[in-house]
Amino acid sequence: MGNPVLEIKNLRTSFRIKDNYYAAVDDVSLTVEKNELLAIVGESGCGKSAFAFSIMGLHSQAKVEGDIYFKGQNIANISTAKLNELRGNKMGMIFQDSLSALNPLMTIGDQIDEIIYIHNSKLPKKERKERVIDLLNKVGIVDPAFTHDQFPHELSGGMRQRVVIAMAIANEPELLIADEPTTALDVTIQSQILDLIKKLKEEIHAGIILITHDLAVVAEMADRVAVMYAGQIVEIADVYTLFENPLHPYTRSLLNSVPNSNEVQSELHVIEGIVPSLQNLLREGCRFSPRIPWIDESAHEKNPVLHEVSPGHFVRCTCYQQFSFPEKSKEDQYHGVS
Amino acid sequence: MWKFTVRRIGIMIPQIALLSLLIFIMAKMMPGDALSGLIDPSIDPATIEAMRKKLGLDNPWHIQYMDWIKGVAQGDFGQSFRFKMPVTELISQRLVNTFWLSLVTLILTYLIAIPLGITSGRYNDSWADRLITGYTYVGFAAPLFIFALVMLWIFGFHFGWFPTSGSVTPGLSPGSFEYVLSKINHLLLPSLSMALIATVSTVQYLRSEIIDTKQKEFVVTARAKGASESRVYNRHILRNSLLPIAAFFGYEITGLIGGTIFIENIFGYPGMGQLFIESISLRDFSVVTSVVLIFGIASILGALISDIILSIVDPRIRIK
Repeated sequence: MGNPVLEIKNLRTSFRIKDNYYAAVDDVSLTVEKNELLAIVGESGCGKSAFAFSIMGLHSQAKVEGDIYFKGQNIANISTAKLNELRGNKMGMIFQDSLSALNPLMTIGDQIDEIIYIHNSKLPKKERKERVIDLLNKVGIVDPAFTHDQFPHELSGGMRQRVVIAMAIANEPELLIADEPTTALDVTIQSQILDLIKKLKEEIHAGIILITHDLAVVAEMADRVAVMYAGQIVEIADVYTLFENPLHPYTRSLLNSVPNSNEVQSELHVIEGIVPSLQNLLREGCRFSPRIPWIDESAHEKNPVLHEVSPGHFVRCTCYQQFSFPEKSKEDQYHGVS
Repeated sequence: MWKFTVRRIGIMIPQIALLSLLIFIMAKMMPGDALSGLIDPSIDPATIEAMRKKLGLDNPWHIQYMDWIKGVAQGDFGQSFRFKMPVTELISQRLVNTFWLSLVTLILTYLIAIPLGITSGRYNDSWADRLITGYTYVGFAAPLFIFALVMLWIFGFHFGWFPTSGSVTPGLSPGSFEYVLSKINHLLLPSLSMALIATVSTVQYLRSEIIDTKQKEFVVTARAKGASESRVYNRHILRNSLLPIAAFFGYEITGLIGGTIFIENIFGYPGMGQLFIESISLRDFSVVTSVVLIFGIASILGALISDIILSIVDPRIRIK
């Protein structure tokens, strides 16, 4: 591990609800290396996007504590002006919903041009335009000159997402954050966009954080995976280890929930319960324990910490040692076969 | 863009035709006609009947309508029975006065609304915002005719800063510099009174648009690009928030018409609104119908202008 592009220590992002602050991201530490793709997985509402937004300082009303080192420089709580030198320049972000992420009143060309102009205002307009066309080419837009003058509503979802990606990589960032880049797209377009991100990863040599809830995407794309639950990282490992030897009950439940197309399954496995809301979150003990009630309470730690079970493989809480899926009753097995 | 405009104007023609028809039928439905109250009762009814025939007033209504519309199309609105002069002549000077009054009011309305709306929306829940919102509530609650009277009393009579009636000081030669200055001086107080009240809805509208746009995702995108706060506001939030204001412009004109009727009467300003009230009280129906028709056409034009502005600023509604 050389010089990580991004090193996050004890990041805590809290939102104010009425008079109290509630942490949506709680004590997250991780690193992203150059050329590395770190995937962050978890259900909706477990703090993935809040985490991503915290790195770029995009929360307008949140308390962000902890340290965020970007290439050795602590960027947590620095001034917006200083942050603006990095945002869009050294750090790029790919958004989830490309239609709302683009300004409806500006042409595609103008929107990409803006990000180049902000960080390089001395570049003549003509050269900027060439760069915009180049970028559109790079992300696989068929007729860049034509698309340059189109408006977001005139493009298909897949093309818009390509534009959003072109914008994120416009200034060759060293850190790229992709916040569920394929969630709003259909499956064929999804794979095209993922291929594009994969291709770009090799070209731009950036560290990439890919936020997703799609485990198939993780398996295909990631070098390392962090599993998030209720604002905390519950397990982090390289992608092979995580899929071969998942330890935390939440990781195992997630993997178990993926339908297998090779087998006829009688029933989809579901994780009972829901991700707790910010106010109802269990602040002490193992946060996943309410959803695995058949595991004895004594299995959980009082203050769960990350344990390194093998080099680079961390798991939170000791409950993984005693975890097993409950036996299905006969009735359950027959149920659903039709 | 041109195709859209032409099509939009095409829609306007039946609108105006329908409007004229409605106005004409309503005028006809009122009891009596131009001759019934005008002529001395001692005159022989047969003479009146003959005059009616001569003027075409005994024709079926649709023929009368066609006669009227033919005249209107040529700029002839008929005769005013009270002023004993062609309506066209009567209206033209007043139309110019009302036009300037409305224009100055519109300009003032936006001069007040845009900075206040932006401040209020950008720094919402600050003391400045509370102050501005407070003003808009007062503006909503205060009836224009009361507010205008108060303004007239304070600035016209008490301080004597502005003339209290008329549209120009008598005796000045038209076209001279003093004449223009005097015109502006007469315009200011009525238009400012109207603008201060008319602007509050635009202020509120702009404020809520800005607060709404602030939370849009493309604003986050702009920040993620590294855009400075002023750039985020000027290039992204403001332009998107001004769209509905542009759409509102046409209705602003409709509102102005209602406003001028009050304002011109209060400030004794010789415009269309004053003429309208005078003609109604004098039962001068040919003038009333003409004024209503012009007001109606102005509203339709307002909507047209709104649509055209909107199609220029919003690429999503451009029709290819």
